[in-house]
Parts: sequence; C-alpha cells; structure tokens
Amino acid sequence: MSGRTDRRAAAAARHRLLPEGRVAGPMPWIIAIMMFLTVLAAAAGLGLGAAVRSMSADLAGRATVQIVEADAEARERLGARAVQALRGAAGVASVKAVDPAALSDQLRPWLGEDATSGDLPIPALIDVTLTAGEADAKVRHLRRLLSGLSPKIRVEPHAAFLLPLAGLLSALGWLAVGIVLLMALATGAVVVLAARGAHDSHRGTIEVLHLMGATDVQIARLFQRRIALDAMLGSLLGFVVAACVILLLGARLIATGSELLGAVHLPWSGWVVLVVLPVGGALLAMLAARWTVLRSLGRLL
Amino acid sequence: MTAIVQFENVGLRYGLDSETLSDVSFTLHGGGFYFLTGASGAGKTSLLKLLYLAQRPNRGVIRLFGEDVVTLPRKRLPGFRRRIGVVFQDFRLVPHLSAYDNIALPLRVAGMEESEVDAPVSEMLNWVGLGDRGQARPATLSGGEQQRVAIARAVIARPEILVADEPTGNVDSDMASRLLTLFEALNRLGTTIVVATHDLPLMGQVTGAQMMRLDKGRLADPTGALRYPPRPAGGGG
Repeated sequence: MSGRTDRRAAAAARHRLLPEGRVAGPMPWIIAIMMFLTVLAAAAGLGLGAAVRSMSADLAGRATVQIVEADAEARERLGARAVQALRGAAGVASVKAVDPAALSDQLRPWLGEDATSGDLPIPALIDVTLTAGEADAKVRHLRRLLSGLSPKIRVEPHAAFLLPLAGLLSALGWLAVGIVLLMALATGAVVVLAARGAHDSHRGTIEVLHLMGATDVQIARLFQRRIALDAMLGSLLGFVVAACVILLLGARLIATGSELLGAVHLPWSGWVVLVVLPVGGALLAMLAARWTVLRSLGRLL
Repeated sequence: MTAIVQFENVGLRYGLDSETLSDVSFTLHGGGFYFLTGASGAGKTSLLKLLYLAQRPNRGVIRLFGEDVVTLPRKRLPGFRRRIGVVFQDFRLVPHLSAYDNIALPLRVAGMEESEVDAPVSEMLNWVGLGDRGQARPATLSGGEQQRVAIARAVIARPEILVADEPTGNVDSDMASRLLTLFEALNRLGTTIVVATHDLPLMGQVTGAQMMRLDKGRLADPTGALRYPPRPAGGGG
C-alpha cells in the first residue's frame, strides 16, 4: 500500500469513529444564517467606510464662497474681484464661479419664478477646490484674504455642512463592525454548544478511546474536523446568498442615480475581506470546537 | 518475577460517602493470573478502575510498571493506558463501528500504519472465532460474540496487563470456559491477567491462578498475601 493510500485509509478509519451526520443537524444551517448576516453587516460597514472616506476627501478639499450683496451690479463686481483674488491665493487648486442662471434654475423648485426675476437678491457663489493637505488653515487664510475685499463675502467649507452626515455614516459603519464582532462571538458560542452536544452524545465512544490511551488531541481532532466541515458548508452557503443580496442592492443603489447613495460602494478590497469571512468562520468554529472538547476531556482523568 | 502492579494503603471515596475501598495493599507480578472476587458492591469494579487508570485514589500509592501513577502528570497517562487492555463488564463496543473496526481501535489509537492493521485484526477475528463476522455491527452480534470482540479489542495491542470485569457475567458456562481458555492462552504469552468475578467454579479451572477477595472495600487478607485455591466456605486459608 503506498504512503498516500495508507494515509487515506487511516483518515477514513479515523473519520468512521464518529458517525456521519453532516447537514442533518441544525449547525450548518445556523452557521449559514449567521454568516449571511455577518457578511451583510461587514459589507455595510465596508461600503459605508468607503463612502465616508470618499466624502471626507471630497469635502475636506472644497469650499463655497458666497457674496451676499443685495445690489446685483455690486455683487457681480465683487464676485469678479473675489475670483481674481482666489486664483492668486495660496492653497487654491481651482476656482469656478457658479453660473447665476444655473443657480436660479436650481432654486426655482423652492422659490418659484421669483428666483429668475432678479427681484430676489440671490447670493453669487464661487466653487473653490483646495490643494491637498490641511484644509482648515487654507479656509482661514481665504477668509482673511476675502474679508479684506468686503465683509459681505463668506467662505463656507463643505465639510462644515456635510460633516454631520459623514459622522452618521461613520457611526453606522462602526455599528456594522460591532455587529460583525457580535456575530463572531455568537458563532463561537453556537459552536461551543454544538461541540458540547456532540461530546455528550459520543461520550461512550470518547471514554472508550480515552481508556485505550487516546490523547486529548487525538480525540479533539475528530470533533474539530467534523465541526469545521459543518461550519465550512454553512459559511459557504451563507456567503453565497449574502453576496447575491449585496450585488442586487448595489445595482439598486446605482439605479437611484444619487451621488450620495452612489458613494456607498464596495471596493475590491472589501470583497476580499468578505471572502475571508467564511474561511475565518470555519477556522473560528474549528478552534472553538477544539477548545470545548479539550476542556471537557480535561475533566476526565 | 517483576512486580508489575503495587497498591499501598489505597483508599477510594466517591463524594462524601464512606470509602468504597479502604487500605487496599497488594502486589501483582508480571505474567501472573489473578482473580478478584467478592460480593456485589464489595468494590471489585472500583479497584479495577484504579488499575486501568479510569480513576485516581483519594489516598495511598499505586505503582504501575514501576511508576507512581497517582502523582503522574495527566498527559503521561495515555502511554500507560496503552499498556493495559480492558474487557468491560458491558463490553463498551462502539456501536457504529464494525467488529473489525472495534478490534482495530487500539492499534489506530497507538498510531499504527493502516497497512499494518489488517493482518493482526484478521488474525484476532479468527482467533476469537469471528472471522466471517468482521463487518457486523455490535447490535447484530450475540452477547457471546460481542464479548469475544471486546476481548479481541482488549488484547490486540499485546497489553502487558489484561483487566476483565465480570467477563463471564453475560455468557453461558460453555462460553465462560472458552473465554477462560483464551485468557490462559494470553497468559502463557506473558500477559498478566486480572479477572474480576464471583464465579468460584470458574476460578477453580485455572491452574496456578491466585485470588484476591474484597469484602466491603477491604482485601479479605489485609496482609496482601494472595491465596490459591479460594478459601473454602467457613474454613481457614
């Protein structure tokens, strides 16, 4: 008999020591449900994290300059001077005056035709993109620069008004991380209970092996293999279903056309993390089973 | 002969009950054949459990193969257990394994290569007269056949000590005699045999066997001197 055949035969003999019953028990299905929820939570966490990072990078580097001048001509003159001043300012990457007609169009749904009549003093807006690096100092510098032109010029960093939303997304992301950790704990607990149950139901076989001189590790290996296989099967099932749901939701998010919702996307690195989850789940299950069985065996002489 | 088992003032208590075994002292020599007898509840099974390392005593010293197993670290016990074969009173065959796999268990536990397992297991099956029943599950075997599988399993790894707890309790007198013949054959190969039984006629069948009698957890002869033949009822030893 060749070495490989011998090893296979030995493995088959070892596997026969515990009666086969895979998938018949509830554990693979429980693990599948938990892995499904874990992958969804992890995907939410990773997606929101990516959105927050993208939003933060976007917001930190942008500001809007408002010229709050009631007189239209003065407003236009002040706007031109502000644009000129900004173009020469340090820390400014680009400057773009917002077209008053486009602004009026955007306001029309709220202000009606008055928005375009010219009777309403609508501030002139200038979009400013800052160079990379510390944004707060640059914004302070621009405020000082433009306040010298007129006190009617205001500089609003985008981070100031979108920061609460980024904070909410960030909190949701951390909540998702917390859920993943809780699910990992719950998975471990389920496996511990399953291992205890398996240990109890095979107590007779274990005692016989123990009295024949089987070591704790030899006996624990039987259980950890069985439970790892169950967990692998359940994890894989949960992962596949969750991946389908994520792809479906991703398509729906893109279909909304919303820039904000579109920011919530799962990068490739996120998919790698998700793929690692079922493997980690099976590994966690195997270690939990080993620990449980070794602990139970430790109570025997 | 070498002392293979030594008990010195061994006491065993379960929980807060009174001692099941008290001040038990004796020595068994390698290659000997020993009967352990006594009424039900006298402590025979408890003494055997100490012997095959299923239990540790509350007091006293037990030396197996020259080492004190009472203080031996737990991780070293498997090595000692592999040198002891046990025939349990209730056989304790693994129900989902075939007779063949049950008998092969000690060899696999000891890490024997799978290619080397078949020959001794087949030989042992033939030796106990079950050559054609190797693939049968325990539930499909008769009581006597199960007993023979249990004995084959206990001896296949050539243990230095064979411990049998009431091995003839579930079989007829003919089968009991055949089992005893098996034990004698093993004994001739050098295995020390310890058989717990209350079957006095059975003990008379083994020439040269010695007897220990337990009475309410104490050896009837507190000096530990073993006797053969058994003490006649009401007579001196």
